[in-house]
Amino acid sequence: MIEEILITARDNAKVDPYLNIWTWEISIYLFLGGMTAGMMIFAAWAVLAKKDDLAPFASNKLALWAPIVLSIGMTTLFLDLEHKLYVWRFYTTLQVTSPMSWGSWILILVYPVAILQVLSTLRAGYPKLAQLAERLPLVTPVLDISESQKRRIALASIPLGIGLAIYTGILLSAFSARPFWNTGILGPLFLVSGLSTAAAFVLLATRAHAEKLLFARIDIGLILVEMLLIALFIVNLTTGSEAHLNAARLILGGEFTLLFWGWFFTLGLVIPLLIEILEVRGSRLALVTLGPVLVLVGGYLLRQVMMDVGQVSTWTQYESQYDMQLLQRLER
Amino acid sequence: MPARYAMVIDTRTCIGCGDCVVACKTENNVPAGLNRDWIVEATRGRYPNLTTEFRSERCNHCSHATCVYACPTGASHYWQNTNIVLVEPGKCTGCKACIAACPYDARLIMHPQGYVDKCTFCHHRVARGQDPACVSSCPTHCMHFGDLNDANSIVSQLLDRRKSRALKPETGNQPNVFYLS
Repeated sequence: MIEEILITARDNAKVDPYLNIWTWEISIYLFLGGMTAGMMIFAAWAVLAKKDDLAPFASNKLALWAPIVLSIGMTTLFLDLEHKLYVWRFYTTLQVTSPMSWGSWILILVYPVAILQVLSTLRAGYPKLAQLAERLPLVTPVLDISESQKRRIALASIPLGIGLAIYTGILLSAFSARPFWNTGILGPLFLVSGLSTAAAFVLLATRAHAEKLLFARIDIGLILVEMLLIALFIVNLTTGSEAHLNAARLILGGEFTLLFWGWFFTLGLVIPLLIEILEVRGSRLALVTLGPVLVLVGGYLLRQVMMDVGQVSTWTQYESQYDMQLLQRLER
Repeated sequence: MPARYAMVIDTRTCIGCGDCVVACKTENNVPAGLNRDWIVEATRGRYPNLTTEFRSERCNHCSHATCVYACPTGASHYWQNTNIVLVEPGKCTGCKACIAACPYDARLIMHPQGYVDKCTFCHHRVARGQDPACVSSCPTHCMHFGDLNDANSIVSQLLDRRKSRALKPETGNQPNVFYLS
């Protein structure tokens, strides 16, 4: 056997005893970033496919929420930065090998397009808000132009939405130092999860029965694809090297098994899938609203699980004899 | 050709005294509780047939440094095209991507300023032709520093003559701290 012990003091904040650099701020950001992407894609799809009658909320009202949700996510992302005054440094360079650098530029492109999506649907979706806004100078011509370019804006929104959602996954998967994350499947997985949470948002927000049924059907498909991607993710880990196998053990019998399978997979995917199937089959049970709520919970839990397990999965693990509390007792 | 700086540490003469750790803290004013280097005691075998190895560890100043590639702002960089990996505080946002990218968990956040800090191989001393503080202070002279691209350097000669290994080369990072056994 081999036992490796740290014999000098090492209590580096957020690194020891195991990595804990990213917490809820990043989980929330990844969750809301994915949801924003899904909202942009669905809003654009509804416009391009001319779904005004069948999906009135997605066609005209959904777009407004994308920049709002993204802004909340960007706020928590900012909260995570340790050297906040230097945030502008993201925008003085493009580092081609850094997914985070790509992501910061994708966000710069996403924002104006998301806002154009709002402007192009504002009069149809929120007439009172549009009236209020039109009291300001220049708003009327801006709305006119945006409406005339509605399809072009929608066409731009789809690749940007896909880029935003996939980047949130690739951001993690590009870290070879964290075996649990180190698979490109995280890109598509986060995209499908983002679409699913956006569909759940529509299900909660719309009052049109036909739209509810349409999005419940879409979400059922998305949840099934998400489950398939999870299966591929597990296959990838369990057929990997020693470092990947150790990472897989964390959710296959290890300390995160309950969080992954009990909370995320069962509560966040299986149960809402069953509820949405009931809804599509015509059940009028009060619990149908619980379905999309659980999809949102599941979407967040996916990011939280990834954050927690990914940071514990590592190439190096030492036992530490150093106990910070002993030092604190001395200082007293 | 730019230098490829390496540290070669003889585990057969290292006694795990911790002087390298103290020297680093003193030289670089590392705040209490934080460490840029540390010592691992590795024990192999089953009692009574045990062997113990002491390893003074730090940033491996990898030739393929994943932390440099992960940095979104270019704050993590190679010093003067060598393999010495430094962080430019004025470019660091404290996003911590480099910490996640290091398979050796060798980086740390220097509180309270918030930028990421790490072992620099004492590049300020290297620029003057001196060894890093940890190497200079080692009482058993088990630590050696030099340029692997110079065949006559002490590190090249030791790696030629002695059995050596680097930590987890399978990460693909091409680490440049070697341990003689």
